[in-house]
Amino acid sequence: MSTPKTGTPPAVERGTREITMAQAIREALAEEMRRDPRVFIIGEDVAEAGTPFKVLSGLVEEFGRERVIDAPISEAGFTGIAIGAAMTGMRPVVDIMFGDFITLAMDQIANQAAKVHYMSGGKLKVPLVIRTTLGATRRSAAQHSQSLHAWVSHIPGLKVVLPSTPYDAKGLLKTAIRDDNPVVFFEDKMMYQLKGEVPEEEYTIPFGVADVKREGEDITIVATSSMVQVALAAAELLARDGIRAEVIDPRTIVPLDKQTILASVKKTGRALVVDEGYQRFGTTAEIAAIIADEAFYDLDAPVKRIGAMDVPVPFSPVLEDLTVPTPERVAEVARQLCGRG
Amino acid sequence: MRQTVPPSRIEDAPELAEVGRDGWLRMYELMAKIRAFEEQVNELYLSGKMPGLAHLYIGQEAVAVGVCQALRPDDYITSTHRGHGHCLAKGASVDRMFAELLGKAPGYCRGKGGSMHIADPDSGNLGANAIVGGSTGIATGAALSAKMRGTDQVAVCFFGEGALGQGILYEVMNMAALWKLPVIYVCENNQYTEYTPYREVLAGDILARPRAFGIPSEEVDGQDVRVVYIAARRAVDRARRGEGPSFLLCNTYRYLGHHVGDIDRSYYRSKQEEQVWRSERDPLKILAGWLVERKLADAQTLEEIDRRVREEVAAGVQFALEAPYPDLSEVDQHVYA
Repeated sequence: MSTPKTGTPPAVERGTREITMAQAIREALAEEMRRDPRVFIIGEDVAEAGTPFKVLSGLVEEFGRERVIDAPISEAGFTGIAIGAAMTGMRPVVDIMFGDFITLAMDQIANQAAKVHYMSGGKLKVPLVIRTTLGATRRSAAQHSQSLHAWVSHIPGLKVVLPSTPYDAKGLLKTAIRDDNPVVFFEDKMMYQLKGEVPEEEYTIPFGVADVKREGEDITIVATSSMVQVALAAAELLARDGIRAEVIDPRTIVPLDKQTILASVKKTGRALVVDEGYQRFGTTAEIAAIIADEAFYDLDAPVKRIGAMDVPVPFSPVLEDLTVPTPERVAEVARQLCGRG
Repeated sequence: MRQTVPPSRIEDAPELAEVGRDGWLRMYELMAKIRAFEEQVNELYLSGKMPGLAHLYIGQEAVAVGVCQALRPDDYITSTHRGHGHCLAKGASVDRMFAELLGKAPGYCRGKGGSMHIADPDSGNLGANAIVGGSTGIATGAALSAKMRGTDQVAVCFFGEGALGQGILYEVMNMAALWKLPVIYVCENNQYTEYTPYREVLAGDILARPRAFGIPSEEVDGQDVRVVYIAARRAVDRARRGEGPSFLLCNTYRYLGHHVGDIDRSYYRSKQEEQVWRSERDPLKILAGWLVERKLADAQTLEEIDRRVREEVAAGVQFALEAPYPDLSEVDQHVYA
């Protein structure tokens, strides 16, 4: 099994094919469920419905309703049940349809799953994956559009995964299922139909290894999940002005690959952090603080960050589009950092 | 107080005969051990030797012992902030319990959990829980796991009547009923939700709640270990046969405060009320009286047991007082597996 370092699949003998993010996630689940009978799925509308995003379509046909369990609309309850099952020999994958709904299960996630291993002096383990979504611009308004990964990243004991390509999603989800800790896996609901190269051959991607999505010499753009595509588009815009941007995708924010980020910043001397969570107290703040702390003397400009606007996500498309970072805005801030504003 | 197993019929219960003299004496010993343990915990607090607080189980011993005696060692329990009795009844040892309460290295959680978080997977204890209702999902999930793994293990979820105010309890009872999970919900109504008489914060009929999900439910005298044992045994047998969850409401009484520091309780209950429960409804006295009356034990036998558990508790607390604290390097161990 290969664990390549880059987010684009290596040229392997058996070749690759282009599949969507949704297909990649489904493949990861199916492969792990075939490999390990302890793995099961629980959540709302996961069986015949295959979730509203159709990510799980076909799994119940292969694995049956015993292992693809339709739960009532009880996020706290079925998350708690999954924690108990994980503590006693199973490896559940919980499906929380919209990331906004993790708030309903927050005691179970933050006070139970995250702390059981520590509180028991290492005797109990919670090998649990919570798959959920993030991302705005689906015209779903304030309670179905948030990117709340910073909430769980704050809690010691949880790992937090933010894939940005089909290749990363598949390899990271397989790693998440094999991890002995609770892992919260955020999928950008706007990217499910995004296509990308994925190897035919089985592979996993280790946690805590960032991926250089584009190499450059002039500025480092650290971008997560939905913002990786935005940053890559911004890098194209910047290239027209002769600015070579490097795009770093941490892929997991807990654990965070500080080394790759810092090495890039030390090379470019400039850093911009882009993430779709609320900017205030968010993922961008944490990564910017690390860069300021640990690469201060290599910086030629202050670290800048762009998150979602600190407002509840509005419904009206003209308003909603103002709240999320765009390639144009990222490029504009990057130009300013490079003294070309 | 309503009882679905009236005292007159206890004598006829076939489960009662199966227990036998040794079984009853074991239950007496466990209850006496919990009582002596908790009295010692109170002493540790009053003498300033214990960090933090503890929530004592004195008065409720028959519930933990009656239920856990109906379980196998490989069955699961989850417990509460008032959990010492459950842990001991399921098989924890007093020395490592005390060590945990004092934050010492040989404690069940290497001092990282403390009084409200004692977990002992070796005895099937998936952990006490300081969030009221917080372990109801875990117990139900352990039952789902047992079913999926094809074992006949069962899980018991202990909680106080305060947890009846938490929504997650109803979420998981719904799923346990839907999926016929081998879980027994044991509600210990000790009459007080922290510092508030439970009736001030609880509407309607408690048993109507599990019954709404179709869960077989029973109300028992939680001071009589025989009654608790019989009801628990029937619920456990049902669960093991694949017939799904049960709900046991055990009426009981917390002799002391919500926690060790809750000493002046006059604003929420009277001394006289406490005295009545202690003198007339004490679980140790009730079982002792019956054992002597039935000539299953004499006073001397029971005194011998009392002496033995006091010695065990004295040795256990001494062990804990002398035990080392965890090495400081352990502070960031076990955050991740």
